[in-house]
Amino acid sequence: MDNVDDGSVITRQGLQCLLDALAQRGYTVVGPTVRDQAIVYEELARTDELPAGWTDEQDGGHYRLKRRSDEALFGYAVGPHSWKRFLHPPKVSLWQATRNGDELRFVPARDEPPRYAFIGVRACELAAISIQDRVLMGDEYADPHYRSRREQAFLVALNCSEAGGTCFCDSMNTGPDVKEGYDLVLTELLDGDNHLFLIRSGSEEGAEILAELPREPATEAHQAAATAVVEKTRSQMGRSMPQTAIPALLMDNLEHPRWDEVADRCLSCSNCTMVCPTCFCTTVEDTSDLEGVTAERSRRWDSCFTSDFSYIHGGSVRSSTRSRYRQWMTHKLATWVDQFGTSGCVGCGRCITWCPVGIDITEEVRAIHDDVSSRDKE
Amino acid sequence: MADDLMVPEPVRVLRRQQELATTWTLELESGQAGHRPFLPGQFNMLYIFGVGEVPISLSGDAGQTETLVHTVRAVGPVSNKLAALKPMDTVGLRGPFGVGWPMTAGEGADLLIVAGGLGLAPLRPAIYHVLRHRERYGRVILLYGTRSPDDILYAGQLEEWNKRPDIEVHITVDHASGDWPGKIGVVPSLVPTLDFDPEDTVAMVCGPEIMMRFTVNALRDAGVEDESIYLSMERNMKCALGHCGHCQFGSTFVCKDGPVLSFERVRGLLSLKEF
Repeated sequence: MDNVDDGSVITRQGLQCLLDALAQRGYTVVGPTVRDQAIVYEELARTDELPAGWTDEQDGGHYRLKRRSDEALFGYAVGPHSWKRFLHPPKVSLWQATRNGDELRFVPARDEPPRYAFIGVRACELAAISIQDRVLMGDEYADPHYRSRREQAFLVALNCSEAGGTCFCDSMNTGPDVKEGYDLVLTELLDGDNHLFLIRSGSEEGAEILAELPREPATEAHQAAATAVVEKTRSQMGRSMPQTAIPALLMDNLEHPRWDEVADRCLSCSNCTMVCPTCFCTTVEDTSDLEGVTAERSRRWDSCFTSDFSYIHGGSVRSSTRSRYRQWMTHKLATWVDQFGTSGCVGCGRCITWCPVGIDITEEVRAIHDDVSSRDKE
Repeated sequence: MADDLMVPEPVRVLRRQQELATTWTLELESGQAGHRPFLPGQFNMLYIFGVGEVPISLSGDAGQTETLVHTVRAVGPVSNKLAALKPMDTVGLRGPFGVGWPMTAGEGADLLIVAGGLGLAPLRPAIYHVLRHRERYGRVILLYGTRSPDDILYAGQLEEWNKRPDIEVHITVDHASGDWPGKIGVVPSLVPTLDFDPEDTVAMVCGPEIMMRFTVNALRDAGVEDESIYLSMERNMKCALGHCGHCQFGSTFVCKDGPVLSFERVRGLLSLKEF
């Protein structure tokens, strides 16, 4: 057997064999597909369900699918979904309570999630998963729902071949090249009619599966082509985060007039937190039947942009949009570092694209940064 | 198992006692949680069937493990139901959670305990602890401020403590009619009237945020070090495990890094509006 870790190339048929091999091992395979004019993550079985020949056009508050001139399967940036919706689902049932007279009984909800295999996990998304690992499994209070999904997941990563108009992973040091935390990693190589994927394993199970696929050893030309793909992507970043000590910049400027300015534009709609691959906040919902015999508690995604989020008796701690935007951004870029030893932002650009008014987190940082540095010079 | 931390345990209400117009003290059977001793300053999550769950501080004596004591003010849907519980009713209990008062760090020092309104409830376990281990602490001063003479929580107990030679109790009210013989004024205003050794004092403060803000200012003016001032913060909490995100105050999760926080840790944030 040749050493699979030196890199191999597979064809589109080989990619189908990969999907089949994963399904055969009992994985629920999830990957990108086109639905409602967007590229989303759904269960899939065949490579022709992938968005062949599609790309996307992204900008602040703007997302459009467009045809490509080739049949690339991964020729687009990230869409509104992230893998968070599978590892940290939007809604999870926690327990049921039954009441019988003055007796009360609690029964934990059964949670038997599928074993997921994710196809096409970008570098920024691997970074996001590793951040959520720290948040939800990083201390003695590991979240059992996240852990059971995460520990069984098989990750087929992807070196990006297209950067979107709102991408800035390069300036967050999270991409576009995949470095670690995957089982297999693909680079899509398109050369005229020659459509190949450079594939490498990053785990024992990944190597096992790779060994089962019809493949050729990668040549130096393949390796060079893959490097060129990533370098081209790096040069296409639509945005960049200012290279400065952001936590100190924000925490030293909590009363900066820019917070009022952005609050005038922000709708407090919470889209940014829903599409963010690292935002982890949840609330709980209590429901009961009409007879008052059973009650249920479930957990669902929540957002720091809602007024209920910070409610304590007497009112919300953060009732203004200004305070909510400040909370979100200072948490994401500053206090997150104190809490988890990493920024909460991976530079995927989703919050910019899916903001209805196109608020751009990189522009907001830059505005405060430029204002502070210009005042420092005076 | 970590799973169990989100699943309440059913416990019975043993006794209910009215404290003030809208404030009751519940005594619950300690259930399994009783096998894990709580620390003064910690809280439990109390669940009312079909209504919801709220964090309520433990206000009893950590030295006795048979029952769990919670003092509740009826202000919302859950706390109204909690306040209306009768003996033998059942509630859901999770806890205890959080970081408590600096009972160990305070050993050998003088203690200045400052409570505002219902803020006396989370401090009462600290007072019980001090009186139980009185030899470990220096001078102990309790400052208590509340709205009016009718709003004095644990009034009988305050009177008893006041008679003891080993704890000094000072009470003030915001407003009162002519027959009130005591002090009138907000609780921070008591600090400058005290003759105490600020350098050897550990302060524990609990009350409405505005009261804590002014108390901290008064303590700092008197010369108490920032790292010797502790506050118990209140924020919305859904999980008590640092996962739901609701209780964040800067970089702290009030549920697991607090609720008791050193002022040093939140300096600069306490005076911010809507933070």
